[in-house]
Amino acid sequence: MKTLFEQSTPCRRGACAGLTTTRATDFLPAGLVRSGRARLPELGELDVVRHFTRLSRQNFGVDGNFYPLGSCTMKYNPKFMERVAALPGFTRLHPLMAQLRGAGHHTQGALEVMYHMEELLCEITGMAGYTLHPMAGAHGELTGAMIIAAYHKAKGNKKTKVICPDAAHGTNPASAALAGFEVVSIESRDGIVDPEALRAALTDDVAAVMMTCPNTLGLFERNLPQVVEMIHAADALLYYDGANLNAIMGKMRVGDAGFDVVHLNLHKTFGTPHGGGGPGSGPVGVCEKLVPFLPVSRVRKLDDNRFVLDYDHPQSIGYMAPFYGNFGVFLKAYAYILRLGREGLVRASENAVLAANYLRKRLEGVLEIPHNRICMHEFVASAVGEALNGVRALDIAKALLDKGYHAPTIYFPLIVKECLMFEPTETESKDTLDAFVDDLIAIVRQAETDPEAVKAAPVTLPVTRLDETRAAREMVLTDDCDCG
Amino acid sequence: MPYVPHTEEQTRDMLATIGVASIDDLFADIPKHLRPKSFDLPAGLSEMEVLARMERLAAKNRTDLVSFLGAGFYDHHIPAAVDALASRGEFATAYTPYQPEASQGTLQAIFEYQTAMCRLLEMDAANASVYDGGSALFEAMMMGVRATRRTRLVVSQTLSPIYRIMLDSYTSNLNLELVTVPHKNGATDFAGMMDAVDQATAAVVVQNPDFFGNVADYTELFDHARAVKAVGVMAVYPLMQAVLKTPGAMGADIAVAEGQSLGQPLSFGGPYLGIMACTARMVRQMPGRIVGRTVDSQGRTGYVLTLQAREQHIRRQKATSNICSNQALCALRALIHVSLLGPGGLEQTALRCMELAHYAQDRLTAIPGVSRLGDGPFCNEFAVRLPVPAFEVVDRLTERGFVPGFPLGRYYPGLENCLLVACTEKHTREDIGVMAELLGGLLR
Ligand SMILES: Cc1ncc(COP(=O)(O)O)c(C=O)c1O
Repeated sequence: MKTLFEQSTPCRRGACAGLTTTRATDFLPAGLVRSGRARLPELGELDVVRHFTRLSRQNFGVDGNFYPLGSCTMKYNPKFMERVAALPGFTRLHPLMAQLRGAGHHTQGALEVMYHMEELLCEITGMAGYTLHPMAGAHGELTGAMIIAAYHKAKGNKKTKVICPDAAHGTNPASAALAGFEVVSIESRDGIVDPEALRAALTDDVAAVMMTCPNTLGLFERNLPQVVEMIHAADALLYYDGANLNAIMGKMRVGDAGFDVVHLNLHKTFGTPHGGGGPGSGPVGVCEKLVPFLPVSRVRKLDDNRFVLDYDHPQSIGYMAPFYGNFGVFLKAYAYILRLGREGLVRASENAVLAANYLRKRLEGVLEIPHNRICMHEFVASAVGEALNGVRALDIAKALLDKGYHAPTIYFPLIVKECLMFEPTETESKDTLDAFVDDLIAIVRQAETDPEAVKAAPVTLPVTRLDETRAAREMVLTDDCDCG
Repeated sequence: MPYVPHTEEQTRDMLATIGVASIDDLFADIPKHLRPKSFDLPAGLSEMEVLARMERLAAKNRTDLVSFLGAGFYDHHIPAAVDALASRGEFATAYTPYQPEASQGTLQAIFEYQTAMCRLLEMDAANASVYDGGSALFEAMMMGVRATRRTRLVVSQTLSPIYRIMLDSYTSNLNLELVTVPHKNGATDFAGMMDAVDQATAAVVVQNPDFFGNVADYTELFDHARAVKAVGVMAVYPLMQAVLKTPGAMGADIAVAEGQSLGQPLSFGGPYLGIMACTARMVRQMPGRIVGRTVDSQGRTGYVLTLQAREQHIRRQKATSNICSNQALCALRALIHVSLLGPGGLEQTALRCMELAHYAQDRLTAIPGVSRLGDGPFCNEFAVRLPVPAFEVVDRLTERGFVPGFPLGRYYPGLENCLLVACTEKHTREDIGVMAELLGGLLR
């Protein structure tokens, strides 16, 4: 499709023309004024609407396609949440209104949302306090790692390392490094953290261990109680990557289980749409002893039921966000939690786990399933075996696209060969799952008889496989330049 | 149960296929003693009930005021088509475009966004966004640290205090030295900045227009930075870039911006948009997603995520950043916004804001006892000194339906009497006139 820039016609009057007859030099010395207009597209409104409508049709999304992308919890995003976030009483609210009189006098509704949201998340996860400021999961990890650093510093501990299992998401080690830690990786055994490997790595200078539970293979960490004890005995803290919380709501609370810090991905578990790569929201919860280190501001409820922003926390790690986080996102998640309530959240987890196990069972004998036991909300399969005739995880993923499904996550976690990670979520019907299984079986059968056809997929989409090597080599990153 | 579609019979069938008797059996791995001590949440509500409740909460926020608050976050008009297009499910309910063949819509849009930002800022390359303007500044500083292997960072106190607090927080564990050059009567101290940038400096960071609204030319500072091999970073107000000399033209190595002014509602602080762009030389230091153009196996043009060897999923702790999800839908909104306005519309909007702000300056400084803080050129925002504490004035006028600006004392001790006033195209001359009269009356 032509780009916006290729469609542009010079000198077409866009919207908003005729607002003023002034010129920049009426207000500014000529030296401060830009020379020449920015070469942005000049299009009529209908041209723009048509362009983006056409672009949108080249996308898969949950609304149009089953999207079993493991680790991403691509559940249905209820539409009413959009209406909530679009209420003018929220969208028109300037963040600095809360910095005026009485630290929040003019923004009581927004502060109440934040206060209550934090309370709900505390109850869901069994933590003592939350911050809603982090703007995605990885941002939550960084926040958590900084809280961990601040805690040890305050205690006078010299702790320089963070342990991440080899199955951890890449953001875990990257976030720990950004908080100043050295990262130590430990090998899993039978798909879960190996207590012996952990013991060997758990030296005095370890500040924290970052875990995902269920982990990125979709397995519950069965040694969790032992692992928690070991970590706490070493005066290290236990971090919970909440990307997989959708498996355990109402079944286990991470705080009760002994985790000290947790981030959630509201854009996964709590139904806010992912937007093609954000915006998300990654609130961080902490146990009692870490509450003083949470970012400021915090929302406090006064005796007369008014809410104020409170900055008076001398041990706080400071500001993670310019204001209060991605308000428009956690507003939706708040509405989602109110809508589902206690029962609904438990049902969501139960049915997410039901769907994953159903899919796993139905794929037995179709694909290799390396840890084939009861899984949580997701599981991994492996595209290995003679019968596949060299058809790889990537090929199966592409063939699924041709059948109208988004692919599962592939080649993650890194510890499973030719990994395909399926997360069906609770919102998909049995009919969808059954049809998906049938189509996947057909692809595997085709690999057995006509592997080249599978390797050529996709053939029904606007483009076939793209040359990524060339993209990286030539670096055409804008319509103008080739940066290479 | 909302959003779970199975009938009881289907649930039974699924359990039978799995070979377990009940849902509980699926959770057998979770030891009994780890089961929740409580899960005391309210019962679910209907869609109608939730909406009613949220409407009540929304009504408790004062959005009925005529407000001159800005300070980096502005109430610009957003064309209806931005909402209509960006809320399409194909965009909104997609994940990060990991499967390019099924994500050409998102990918081409990001590519176009990168192009638009580069053209607006006159830079060579842009990423797909980071979380906000503050985290963009942090990432830019880290690019400078990696590129120079130095640890000293020089910022002007005229950089948004909100971002300076963020930078302080983010760098607290990183053995970096953050040097702040104090402002001079509400403007950047150029001589002080030149002195502070030396052979040990990794990056120098300025903002244009600065927090007080002043516009300046930083070419000389960036020339000096280049001479000592430090990286020049400039934070800008993207809408005003329609008329202002660009960071590219001034010789910045990295330009960052809070993209809120391009199609994002104020929404009490987010979601916003961290814009990042840089020179070709710096591309491999850039964090985040970057889209590149390529061809498919039949030679057709297509788009993919590229230069991924910088990123966490490949490089883990050695990645340029930990960022994964960013603000993609906000970047899409910004792209749609600039496409609808076009270069002319953006320029007209910026000029209208400037025209109104200059009118406001004239009206306010005509009030006895009120004077401009500093005397530099400005766009749509400026600071005035009042004879009384600005907080009091703001409180009093808010009771009359007007928020006349932001009291600078909140972030700048010593400037308690100063008020930062911003205008946008949504204001009218009447709004400004009434505000000025109320303020004059109050000070009389
Ligand atoms: C296990 C895990 N951890 C962390 C993240 C990072 O979350 P975000 O993309 O919101 O930063 C992800 C996202 O894919 C994930 O799957």
